[in-house]
Amino acid sequence: MAQSEFVYVTYIRTTPEKLWRALTEPEFTRQFWVGTTQECSWEPGASWRIVVPDGRVIDSGEVIEIEPHKRLVLKWRHHLFPEMSGDGDSIMTYEIEQMEDSVKLTVTHVNDKSGSKFIKGVSNGWPQILSSLKSLLETGESLESTRSWPKGN
Amino acid sequence: MGADVDKIFKALAAPERRLLLDRLHADNGQKLGQLCEHMNMTRQAVTKHLKVLEDATLVATIRRGREKLHYLNPMPIHEIAERWIGKYERGRLRALAEIKEKLEGETDGSI
Repeated sequence: MAQSEFVYVTYIRTTPEKLWRALTEPEFTRQFWVGTTQECSWEPGASWRIVVPDGRVIDSGEVIEIEPHKRLVLKWRHHLFPEMSGDGDSIMTYEIEQMEDSVKLTVTHVNDKSGSKFIKGVSNGWPQILSSLKSLLETGESLESTRSWPKGN
Repeated sequence: MGADVDKIFKALAAPERRLLLDRLHADNGQKLGQLCEHMNMTRQAVTKHLKVLEDATLVATIRRGREKLHYLNPMPIHEIAERWIGKYERGRLRALAEIKEKLEGETDGSI
């Protein structure tokens, strides 16, 4: 395969509206996305970034496509780990579909480079973050391991 | 969990299906034809196994034009691990797994 890609699918007992808020509003992302906040006006072409508690920007990019409660496509560049930021831009997509009694969230993350270190890196982080998101929406509590930014990073 | 837990364990209970997951783990995003290569079974049998894996949400598929690509979806396995592995055990388990890997030599990740 010429590119690196990961696909994650999780089913969450919630509504597309609540899931959308959890994915985009800082008071929610902080709880399941290791204490980080996302800064964005959530409009096509708007700049987007993930900020850690000490103010550093660890990822940034822009909104390529946005359809609230349904679909979000972000251009994504990593900044924290040099070995990962060398891979350049990647594309991350959220797709939200209402199922019978739950909402299906599909997250895809693609980088044009084959064997991308960045994609390998995020593939360790995403399952943890998405499990915690699911827990937050279904039980009101995120998973403890994802509530704060890891010390020393 | 989206697919019920029984479905996930039943899907994992067949060695052919674990082999398909191993092949996706090694090279994610494959077409049916690629997955059929080196499998000692008919295309129909592979299709059937993939359907079971898809129903259990262990495999996610994405259409790219006329092609259907298969991806290993690690979410259900991650959620199973979250259920029984305590947060303080994670580091110790990783260390033990590394020792085991070193002592037993390189593993190819197959079951």
